[in-house]
Amino acid sequence: MTAHDTPTPDAGGDGVGERAVGRYDLVIVGAGPAGLAAAGVAARAGLRVAVLDAGARIGGQYFRQLPEGFRAARPGALHHGFSRFVRLRDALGDADILLGHRVWAVERGPGGGFAVHCLEGREERARTVAAARLLIATGAHDRVLPFPGWDLPGVMTAGAAQALLKGNLVMAGRRVVVAGTGPFLLPVATSLAAAGATVAGVFEAGGRFALAPQALARPGKAAEALAYGYRLARHRVPYKGGRAVVAAHGDGELTHVTVAKVDADWRPYRGGQETIECDTLAVGYGFVPQLDLPAQLGCETSRDAAGGPVARVDRHMRTSVAGVYAAGETTGVGGADLAELEGVIAGRAVVADALGTPVAGDPADPRTEARRRRLAGFARALLRAYPVGDGWTSWLHDDTLICRCEEVPYGRVKEARDLGAADARSIKLLARPGMGWCQGRICGEAVARLAGEDPAPPRRPIAQPVSLGDLAAMDGRDEWKET
Amino acid sequence: MPDVVVIGAGMIGAACAYYAAREGLSVTLVDRGAVAAGTTGSGEGNILVSDKEPGPELDLAMLSCRLWTELASEARELGGFEYEPKGGLVVAENDEVLRALAELAGHQEKSGVVTRAVAADELADYEPHLAPGFAGGVFYPQDAQVQPMLAAARLARRRPSVTLRTGTEVTGLLTERGRVTGVRTDAGDIPAGAVVNAGGTWGGEIAALAGVDLPIMPRRGFILVTEPLTGLPSHDASGAPGSSVGSGPLVRHKVYTAAYVTNVASDSAGLETSAVVEATQAGTVLIGASRERVGFDRTVSLPVLARLARQAVGLFPALADVRAIRAYCGFRPYCPDHLPVIGADPRVPGLYHACGHEGAGIGLAPVTGLLIAQLITGAAPELDPAPFRPDRFAEAAA
Ligand SMILES: Cc1cc2nc3c(=O)[nH]c(=O)nc-3n(C[C@H](O)[C@H](O)[C@H](O)COP(=O)(O)OP(=O)(O)OC[C@H]3O[C@@H](n4cnc5c(N)ncnc54)[C@H](O)[C@@H]3O)c2cc1C
Ligand SMILES: Cc1cc2nc3c(=O)[nH]c(=O)nc-3n(C[C@H](O)[C@H](O)[C@H](O)COP(=O)(O)OP(=O)(O)OC[C@H]3O[C@@H](n4cnc5c(N)ncnc54)[C@H](O)[C@@H]3O)c2cc1C
Repeated sequence: MTAHDTPTPDAGGDGVGERAVGRYDLVIVGAGPAGLAAAGVAARAGLRVAVLDAGARIGGQYFRQLPEGFRAARPGALHHGFSRFVRLRDALGDADILLGHRVWAVERGPGGGFAVHCLEGREERARTVAAARLLIATGAHDRVLPFPGWDLPGVMTAGAAQALLKGNLVMAGRRVVVAGTGPFLLPVATSLAAAGATVAGVFEAGGRFALAPQALARPGKAAEALAYGYRLARHRVPYKGGRAVVAAHGDGELTHVTVAKVDADWRPYRGGQETIECDTLAVGYGFVPQLDLPAQLGCETSRDAAGGPVARVDRHMRTSVAGVYAAGETTGVGGADLAELEGVIAGRAVVADALGTPVAGDPADPRTEARRRRLAGFARALLRAYPVGDGWTSWLHDDTLICRCEEVPYGRVKEARDLGAADARSIKLLARPGMGWCQGRICGEAVARLAGEDPAPPRRPIAQPVSLGDLAAMDGRDEWKET
Repeated sequence: MPDVVVIGAGMIGAACAYYAAREGLSVTLVDRGAVAAGTTGSGEGNILVSDKEPGPELDLAMLSCRLWTELASEARELGGFEYEPKGGLVVAENDEVLRALAELAGHQEKSGVVTRAVAADELADYEPHLAPGFAGGVFYPQDAQVQPMLAAARLARRRPSVTLRTGTEVTGLLTERGRVTGVRTDAGDIPAGAVVNAGGTWGGEIAALAGVDLPIMPRRGFILVTEPLTGLPSHDASGAPGSSVGSGPLVRHKVYTAAYVTNVASDSAGLETSAVVEATQAGTVLIGASRERVGFDRTVSLPVLARLARQAVGLFPALADVRAIRAYCGFRPYCPDHLPVIGADPRVPGLYHACGHEGAGIGLAPVTGLLIAQLITGAAPELDPAPFRPDRFAEAAA
């Protein structure tokens, strides 16, 4: 953050091509559209690049969508972005792709640069990768709102439903309800239906046509929405707005859900409830940027249109910490197109900064910039069109779990508030939501909202569980060695 | 108008409010954040007599230890704050350290501390999973622990004559002819008969509002938290003595090495760690804490976490396979002489200080509250508060 921390351009003596052994010019965490796009740009410019991802393959959230078998049967039909994926993949050049690497901490190395600490593979082998520059493209995770029965087997997030599709768990025969809010409910429902599941209904808690005015401003997206609508109709999937799944039921596993008609704040109307049988419920209330790593480095955040924290970047995707860049959903949830474009911009900025040349020299920039503004504007409009209504708290009962890791029911959260816990942090301290395995990734947003706050940027010095033995082995090392 | 305004709803402020109310006073307890929002919410809840050398702080700790027992038995469920009188085991790396430890224990006994010498071959009876090779140790049955956030919240609520006002920042003190007559807050003035500064690490700033100097500074500490454990991990290959013991908690008491004793009183600004390992009712193991003087810097320090981990694994080899899931840090309020500030400020009538407890503010909270209440009501203090006088620093400087 201070001036002497500014990395010096790698040009000259220790320049690109002639770099210190073991240290990458650029390490990218996250192999989604953003990370891949940046890697391609930087690798083509001759930088030595490594892309790290916890997953078993590249592609991130977006390209993870397509089930292997489905793609083989009907290439590209489900996934209009497939050719784009191939293009991104083929552009990676000689970038090193390190899959199965969970990054649990990043820190500044001595003499500038960064140490990226990972756990590799199932054995969780500890490994440290050294980087001159760091791009954080860790995407976002599902936003979860608790409701009675959400902890039943069979209830999953929209993102997890994708994983179900991906693994060869055949969907055929399953009866699925898709609920929540936002435009991603549509692709989830259509891909489930296409995989052979019976989609008993899609319930959008916001108004059904919340998106319409914005979609009209972007003909491409409107066409996309129409195409989804068409596919839903073909699979005879009912799509209803102003309705929410307010409870899930079942004895040991999900058997049915209660769908209620809700007002603009998501408070259920009296009456107007129906029961729908299903064995799977996919809920999606949007996404929360994954900011653990930028927070560890002290990168500043700002707020998105819905009040959530995002990494603050300049127009070249530089964070407030010299040498650290962010792209994709970490800078705000905005879909795959925006993520990829931001990756390109970040890649160019890294190259320019590494060579010590101005970024502005690129003639393509004004157009890229304009496109990014347009896409970001659309993303903002979407966030505004699909706000999370405060009324979801009225779905809770005293025994509804808020935090699954620590088994904290709503009643205990209320008790903590009565004891003087006036904010999210003190609710956590007194009632323990967010203190368990997931460190509040699942319940953090709900607890913040219950405290009447916008969620704060995460503070997770250990982003992924790491064994004390591995941590202990780091003691006393005085110099960064790649392991 | 309340008889007393207490500034700061941390462990100390909550205890001051509780004891003042018990003496029949009406209290308004204000905090700019929530209850336990300060250091109380980012530390641990050890109530230790074992780590203190004979002297005024140990006297405080002995009395406080007894008061904690009373507080816990006063209500159901061990006070509603997870009070556990589990005892502490201090182990010595070699014979020389053991001799120093035994000598310290001997002195501590004269102050009323109960100690029990533990020979090397008896250590496993206390801690079956302790690493082999320690020269011996001392067991301190009076060491206990509480969940500090719950303790502060419950004590603040226990007396109906305490009004808690969170989200209220004190921005100034009301004075009349040199006497403090209340506080000015961002939500209006609160006149009162007496004002207690329980601002913890920010106690110096509150003193400054009254125009007096109180040299309280932050001393950073990190704590590592493991995944919840249910008995011993099945893959225990530690070869620790007593690994035949089978299931049961991995860590049973508060366990630390004797090096801790020298660290607490240290004046070094650099990093010092001597891991205290303890299990909590939530099933996690807490490993804390480091001591560093780096101002209010929250940046994660991996080297510190690594050091704590190494020391913990050194004590309990089976911990090597246990995963750390969280870490956090807090800022202990410390004074140059490592003693708290407790008492009336002779420079500003009406103002009392109760802050600067460094790494012992949870343990010392009840005695602090009791003394402050007695000083405000004019009762004879249960213990001579002279060593904790607020104006002692000015004398030292002069
Ligand atoms: C169900 C669903 C449907 C969607 N449908 C559409 C759609 O139709 N159209 C559209 O435009 N967008 C859609 N999206 C959104 C799209 O997937 C995202 O906008 C896009 O993937 C964001 O790209 P990214 O590169 O920022 O992050 P991601 O694609 O999320 O990639 C981030 C990567 O970082 C990795 N990672 C995170 N943390 C770590 C760590 N600590 N260590 C190692 N690796 C880590 C993750 O494993 C992941 O692979 C959908 C998303 C979902 C979940
Ligand atoms: C890592 C670590 C481990 C520790 N372990 C132990 C242990 O095991 N045992 C032990 O006894 N102690 C331990 N401690 C020390 C203990 O936490 C502190 O001594 C104790 O919490 C201090 O309590 P306090 O009430 O004085 O301060 P705080 O809890 O900080 O309370 C002060 C309050 O004053 C409020 N405040 C400040 N200024 C204003 C203002 N202007 N207006 C309104 N409100 C204001 C703050 O918001 C805060 O809530 C540890 C500390 C750390 C950091």
